[in-house]
Amino acid sequence: MKADDFAHIIEQCEKDQLTLSAYFLRAELALGEMDEAAVLEKMEKNLQVMEEGVRQGLEGVQSYSGLSGGDARRILDYREQGSPLGDSLYLEAAMKAVAVNEVNAAMGIICATPTAGSSGVVPGVLLACRDRLKMDRRAQLNFLITCGGCGMVIGNMASLSGAAGGCQAEVGSASAMAAAALVEAAGGSPFQSGHALAIALKNLLGLTCDPVASLVEVPCIKRNTTGAINAMMAAELALAGVTSKIPVDQVIQAMGSIGRMMPVALRETALGGLAQTPEALKITRQLEEEGHFDQESP
Amino acid sequence: MTIFRSLFDVIGPVMVGPSSSHTAGAVRIGLAARSIFGQQPDQVDITLYGSFAHTYQGHGTDLALIAGLLGYSLESTEIKKAYRLAEQEGMKVTVTTSDEIVEHPNTASVLMKKGERSMRVTGISTGGGLIDLIEIDGFDVHVTCEEPVILVFHRDRPGLIARVTHILADEKVNVSQMEVSRKARGETALMLIATDGEIPERALRGIELIDDVKSIVFLSALKREP
Repeated sequence: MKADDFAHIIEQCEKDQLTLSAYFLRAELALGEMDEAAVLEKMEKNLQVMEEGVRQGLEGVQSYSGLSGGDARRILDYREQGSPLGDSLYLEAAMKAVAVNEVNAAMGIICATPTAGSSGVVPGVLLACRDRLKMDRRAQLNFLITCGGCGMVIGNMASLSGAAGGCQAEVGSASAMAAAALVEAAGGSPFQSGHALAIALKNLLGLTCDPVASLVEVPCIKRNTTGAINAMMAAELALAGVTSKIPVDQVIQAMGSIGRMMPVALRETALGGLAQTPEALKITRQLEEEGHFDQESP
Repeated sequence: MTIFRSLFDVIGPVMVGPSSSHTAGAVRIGLAARSIFGQQPDQVDITLYGSFAHTYQGHGTDLALIAGLLGYSLESTEIKKAYRLAEQEGMKVTVTTSDEIVEHPNTASVLMKKGERSMRVTGISTGGGLIDLIEIDGFDVHVTCEEPVILVFHRDRPGLIARVTHILADEKVNVSQMEVSRKARGETALMLIATDGEIPERALRGIELIDDVKSIVFLSALKREP
């Protein structure tokens, strides 16, 4: 598909009475590489990888550095004990986002959405909300198609890589993609999806990529919870009729421009921010000295 | 700048975590090196440079390379057991880090040995699971493994390139890219021929039978996801 902007896409959807997922599916088919059945089958495989990731993560996994793992399980136990603020769809999304990203850190199988470091956001939102919204399997695949299409627009207009644009380009983009898709799943219009995308992305502008010891663990995993919850909040605001004062395309361009202005130290190099805190440096030294991880662990 | 064309450029690839460049790319370098060596080595000496050297343990870059050298694919959950699998299969492994300055931060070099044979392959991981082999057995090359490649090790003689391409032309194989590299004039040279499609066995045998050809390797395109 061409590097369209959202204004154009929303206009097309309104003109042709299309949902965003139908629009993006049509664009995918226009590439002439796969037919509809093949696209859906491939997306189904991706969805199954996400489901399996949540399952494994909730059982409890451990990364090789020992820096992460087990938090999804902790959240599950907390929810089951009926803690006062715990019983919400939002916490379920956060939990599932952590589960998938812990599996990523533990060298399990994940589906990058759009990257490995931000792979928890989209499954977190989808797998938490699908029952509440009574989404059938096709609606779930449509959710992923809308996510993919929105990610393409963001990637072509700004960036999807932490090295290029910081975490706003990874978790920020994932959150924006999920917000737009969730609006559609809840029966909202492409226009509302555009506003949800804009709101979600605005909320995470400026987010740096500063991973401790260069590992995709701290702060990445917990940031996936923020991405997931932010997506749901943005979708609900848009469904309530709240709009973004700054048009969606301009928000995306602002994200790209912030990324370019961001110092290299805050773009996946571990040379600044959290990665250079005394505690992070201590952890890094320890990992280096220990020669550390048990190669045979789970 | 990366251009996103397909939905699956954003939703996917399915891969072993935690990093497409430090894990998925490393598996592919291992797999490519194994294919080029043509058999499972008894001994592998891995040297890691740059970011690979600094962060390999957390990303499992060493495990990924070893698993690739053992022939495991990208989506294998066995990757994390790579050291144990190497031991079971009788492949000795050493891993060394180097602080030598290299052009690309994600560089890995593998020296494979079996009996008297040995060969070094060096690759870089350029992001999203993409790789580029930059050294094969002392020759400077560029092999991305995105399309099939024939590697022809031969004596540096006039007319040899014509003889090889003649055979490909007869089999209607279209050459998309070609590169020739040699250590010294008249010595061993390496011809790399990338093609648009798979190459008939007959063409490969024909090339192998040319007098000054020492050996050939056919390297299939390496998939980037399951």
